Amino acid sequence: MRAFATLVDRLTYTRSRNAKLDLIAEYLRTTPDPDRGWALAALTGALDFPAVKSGTIRNLLTERVDPVLYTLSRDYVGDTAETASLLWPAPEGETPTDEPGLSEVVDLLRAMTRGSVMTELPKLLDRLDANGRYALLKFATGAMRIGVSARLARVAFAQAFDVPVDAVEEYWHGVDPPYPTLFAWAADGADPPRTDLVPLFRPFMLAHPLEDTVVSMDDYAAEWKWDGIRVQLVHVNGETRVYSRSGDDISATFPEMAEALDFPAVLDGELLVRGTHQGGEQGGAASFNALQQRLGRKTVSKKMLREAPAFVRLYDVLLRDGEDLRELGWAQRREHLELLMDRLDPERFDLSRLIEADNFADLAAIREGARDDAIEGVMLKRRDAPYIAGRKVGLWYKWKRDPLLIDCVLMYAQRGSGKRSSFYSDFTFGCWDGDPDAGAELLPVGKAYFGFTDDELKWLDRHVRQNTVNRFGPVRETDKSLVLEVAFDSVHESKRHKSGLAMRFPRINRIRQDKPAHEADRIDALKALVRD
Amino acid sequence: MNTRALPDFSWLSPDPHGIFVAPCNAWIDPSKPVETALVTHGHADHARGGHARVFATRETLAIMNLRYGAAGDEIAVPLREPVELGGGVTATYFPAGHVLGSAQILLEHGGERVVVTGDYKRRPDPTCEPFEVVPCDVFITEATFGLPVFRHPPIAGEMRKLLYAREQRPDGCVAVGAYALGKAQRVICELRRAGYHEPIYLHGALEKMCGLYEELGVPLGALRSATGIGKDELKGQIVLCPPSALNDRWSRRLPDPVTAMASGWMRVRQRARQRNVELPLVISDHCDWDELTQTIRDVDPAETWVTHGREEALLRWCQLNQRRARALAMVGYEDEDD
Ligand SMILES: [Zn+2]
Ligand SMILES: [Zn+2]
Repeated sequence: MRAFATLVDRLTYTRSRNAKLDLIAEYLRTTPDPDRGWALAALTGALDFPAVKSGTIRNLLTERVDPVLYTLSRDYVGDTAETASLLWPAPEGETPTDEPGLSEVVDLLRAMTRGSVMTELPKLLDRLDANGRYALLKFATGAMRIGVSARLARVAFAQAFDVPVDAVEEYWHGVDPPYPTLFAWAADGADPPRTDLVPLFRPFMLAHPLEDTVVSMDDYAAEWKWDGIRVQLVHVNGETRVYSRSGDDISATFPEMAEALDFPAVLDGELLVRGTHQGGEQGGAASFNALQQRLGRKTVSKKMLREAPAFVRLYDVLLRDGEDLRELGWAQRREHLELLMDRLDPERFDLSRLIEADNFADLAAIREGARDDAIEGVMLKRRDAPYIAGRKVGLWYKWKRDPLLIDCVLMYAQRGSGKRSSFYSDFTFGCWDGDPDAGAELLPVGKAYFGFTDDELKWLDRHVRQNTVNRFGPVRETDKSLVLEVAFDSVHESKRHKSGLAMRFPRINRIRQDKPAHEADRIDALKALVRD
Repeated sequence: MNTRALPDFSWLSPDPHGIFVAPCNAWIDPSKPVETALVTHGHADHARGGHARVFATRETLAIMNLRYGAAGDEIAVPLREPVELGGGVTATYFPAGHVLGSAQILLEHGGERVVVTGDYKRRPDPTCEPFEVVPCDVFITEATFGLPVFRHPPIAGEMRKLLYAREQRPDGCVAVGAYALGKAQRVICELRRAGYHEPIYLHGALEKMCGLYEELGVPLGALRSATGIGKDELKGQIVLCPPSALNDRWSRRLPDPVTAMASGWMRVRQRARQRNVELPLVISDHCDWDELTQTIRDVDPAETWVTHGREEALLRWCQLNQRRARALAMVGYEDEDD
């Protein structure tokens, strides 16, 4: 428990992603089985001990500490587990002699029932110091909240044993804590865990930005890049799961899709929502805004299923009827995919159409002319490329639509976090709500914290410090003299903003020192770019 | 439980700007300029400039001189020796163990004894004299860390954490945020006691105060200015600076620093994270909860008055322990020195 408590403590105060990876990897390398497996389970949020809940901890404390003092403390600290770890009546500064190991803790926690937890948990707490108690309570309630995502923990696992992270991701969903087969494979070179019995997520193949590259249409196929969310549908053993880009299981959010695939296969496509108010290139897809209404919901109402039904526009097939097709070239997989369409419900699936272009210039012209809002750009896929997880140079390219640009005026700046904490690096900018020479005012239209180079950041930081007119905590209001060219992917109506508009992916494209503030764009100009 | 008859203390009036002692027209730690000020210690929330006449220990006067320039009339009060203030009021200063020169003030009038602690702690501190228990009828205490979650660990362990972090970062440095008066010098002395005798580098804002401590007889070992030297020289070193410099442009001169902070607030993770601290060092010059409650037991006054801090919890504790207590609504006492 001591090593785990130290890990938790150090992760709490570590901000850099690399430093976090190093800490976790080091722990996983140096800690014996099965403790390291339990720790990995805790970090990935895979543990649940039903007898120990936040309320249990509160009850334990108020049996031992005056309830008023407990409440005052809890209000100040803001976290029940931490309050309990600090308030627990135990001698301070003495190292406990009978500290339990992580696997003993797991055994004891598992054995606890609602009836026994009030007598058993205190015995464990008595064997730990304040850091140990904190780690234990976080571990037991399954809510670590130390800035480590499940993905980060898996990357650290791969780093610890120098195995491919995609393989870890692939095996992950087929193993259970404390993951003995996973550690045996990664640390000791044993056979990998079996993957054919459960609906596993396979890491996606991803694309590089095309930038200045020109490719031959003889070698590459082109298709539209749709503006939905990339999903993977997996059917094994009568069970279907829908996975998001990050490998999260989102089957419950899109139950109609989970029901729609009924034979063994792994399919890759873009999840979209049917739109009624626009036809578009291939027809039927609403804009990303419509899809957003359905994201992040654990359950879906009948009304929502009726009004915004989902479907998947298929890009690829990875496995079919138990056969792994990933080694085949794209063109062959595409043939398999086209043959599959007959077996799929057309309400729920369609095929991503290929773009017929004779040459690259022709493709560029077609891309320019694309008017469908659900199109984000063009994908270029090497015809002979196998399906390889991750981003391998030269196989797939994405060629996004040119970003939209607008000139805004810098209004506020806030300090960043981590390495940027000494710089003003989060910028809020605005547009004029009318003619600035006739008394118009600036309304904030967005916020950006990237897009600039390190040198530009230094310059912006200096500009903010030298032109501050007001301070509100970490925020400075500037004299609104600087014009920033802001790039963004799209803009939508939004009731949450005073300007009534919200941008997607705004970033600072250029600092326009050459442009006076009153020549910056007006709200109307931005409004004209709304394409909902 | 104290069985003495309850006196009325009408000669003493707590005011939002300090405690006013009417018979001698004097104020204790007033937050506005006054005719006569009795100052417990040099922290800015207790010692302010602009008073016509100041009673304080020799060290506190020296600190005030450094911070505000010469005051009008300075009276150096020796410890444990009663001073007549007029109007039948006597003041006696006793060590408070908070920072160099810090004192509690015992006021006596018509047979009634009142102790005003200013700020204090019970832990050993190599930079100042230890707190003494002074029996009294009314004990006026601070409550900066007046919550049972605050329990400061032994300082030796915190020093080990600091030295370990330095060892781990030979190509970087450890930047320790510590308040200029008291905390910085205590951290330096404790580092020396832990066997660390390398030069310690100082932010400009700490240099003068460290110089004054040495002049007043607190040896700090080799100190260097962190201003105007290259990043290479700071590699593998410990650098002390005021907390506000940790996240400011000043810190850009440091080679790959670990951000440490020496403060009692570091006990609470969220507080440490809010301040972007990577290495929290729980070191305080105030009493923790156990010290506060133990001191009230030791002094065993008829009444306890709480000046500043988290007074609600301490009042609750007094109530649970059948002790009379009240909160004084004081303004302007910030945590300069936590
Ligand atoms: Zn103080
Ligand atoms: Zn104070």
